Amino acid sequence: MKYTSIFFQYVAQYMKTRLTYRVDMVIEILSDLLFQAVNLIFILIVFGHTQLLGGWSRDEIIFIYGFFLVPFAIFGAFFNIWDFNERYIVKGEMDRILTRPIHSLFQIILERMELESLFGVFTGIGVMLYSASQLGLSFSWYDPFVFVVLVLGGVFVYAGIFVLLASISFWSDSPTSIMPMMYNIGNYGRYPVDIYNNVIRFVLTWILPFAFVGVYPSAYFLGREDWYGYAFLTPVMGLLFFGISVLVWNVGVTKYRGAGN
Amino acid sequence: MAKYIEMIRVRFLMMLAYRTNYYSGILIYSINIGAYYFLWTAIYGDKGSIEGMSVGQMTTYVAISWMARAFYFNNIDREIAQEIKEGKVAVEFIRPYHYLLMKMMQGLGEGIFRLSFFSVPGMLIVALIFPITFSVDVTTWLSFALAIIFSFIINTQINLLTGVLTFFFFNNAGLIQAKRVVIDLFSGLLIPISFFPMWAQDAMGFFPFQAISYIPSMIFTESFTGNEVMESLIFQGVWALLLIIPIQVLWVIAKKQLTVQGG
Repeated sequence: MKYTSIFFQYVAQYMKTRLTYRVDMVIEILSDLLFQAVNLIFILIVFGHTQLLGGWSRDEIIFIYGFFLVPFAIFGAFFNIWDFNERYIVKGEMDRILTRPIHSLFQIILERMELESLFGVFTGIGVMLYSASQLGLSFSWYDPFVFVVLVLGGVFVYAGIFVLLASISFWSDSPTSIMPMMYNIGNYGRYPVDIYNNVIRFVLTWILPFAFVGVYPSAYFLGREDWYGYAFLTPVMGLLFFGISVLVWNVGVTKYRGAGN
Repeated sequence: MAKYIEMIRVRFLMMLAYRTNYYSGILIYSINIGAYYFLWTAIYGDKGSIEGMSVGQMTTYVAISWMARAFYFNNIDREIAQEIKEGKVAVEFIRPYHYLLMKMMQGLGEGIFRLSFFSVPGMLIVALIFPITFSVDVTTWLSFALAIIFSFIINTQINLLTGVLTFFFFNNAGLIQAKRVVIDLFSGLLIPISFFPMWAQDAMGFFPFQAISYIPSMIFTESFTGNEVMESLIFQGVWALLLIIPIQVLWVIAKKQLTVQGG
């Protein structure tokens, strides 16, 4: 209960600061939109030259991309911790966090919120609805609920990987550029993983399970029955990875010694 | 002149001090190249060539585009924006050099560092993993070298432009981000311009973006030959000259604005 009220207080505060600089917020949303459009244009141009991509049609690939945008937007809004090392470890901000009586990770998530990313949820749903109508997909009454569960699974997979990476900072405080690298690897999950070689597919499924953020859950809505097993594993993988990452984080915090003084 | 060369040297040494970051950079680029390699092989399927490019040329195109990017890419737009916001730029006006030229030289120092510690070793690693073909023709290499120098100039000029715009906008981060995304697509880094629909290719002819990535990569893969090489180098040269005008105009206006604020 305490956590919920703290959360909403932070959100309210965030809205206030954001609304003071409205132009900033609009430009940021527009540049997000531009980024999403560029990826879409890429897909459209590629399919100007081919009919199928490893057995997947243009509209199916667009659907996967649309799905990917939804968990990615939620992840971007709440787990914007790519500069954790620099900000909290090197600059010593972690000291301040640890004196507060709420969980350190929760506190950092609240501080680094970027709610305007959530706009990507609408883009993603729009893209999905468009391609679903092109593909003539039909949905059952329970599909929206499945969608929410799979999206949350994807968010937790993403969050788990990034929290794990941030935790590394507790053991080694030298700055690393692993974070941007992970953003790039995350992009692999936007395309059907069967176009990659088996090693990459294995890594994307079990080690850095980015495939669970895009292609696997989408397979459920696209009716690719041979991939249903993977699709339904999404929430399991999400909880598993996020659970492990919180455990590692908790151990890491005990190793934290503070910077400099 | 000596002071500008000193700028290049200082920035180069600065980068050398923080070089650990760049080892992981090589890995990032290899991963990117890997992703696009598999994607393009899937796109090609059993097609021999698309728009006159074989799958082998495409692999080389992807690899060289990313490696060239390490050379021409820099963050001076962000640096300028930062210095303007912090007011440091006022001090720069009284220093005995041209601020923008100095920034460009710092970018060059960074580019030379990345070229020698990043692109060259990175290219060797990538060539071991993926089937990349290197030309044996000396003219190809020379035209490529000239082309990436132009890439650097034009990309840096666009960075200067976006950086200087901070004088006129309150916060420029969104614009800088948007510019980056646009350049990735329209420079031909993600997809060769010849793959775009005809109308888009025509439209792109009026912008300098393809001079940044598409032209050097097409020269390197020998997809451009003879006259095409000459024409594209001239295209780059013309844009490099044209872009000086808006930069200079904005700079003069910006300087005046600053005096008013300082008054």
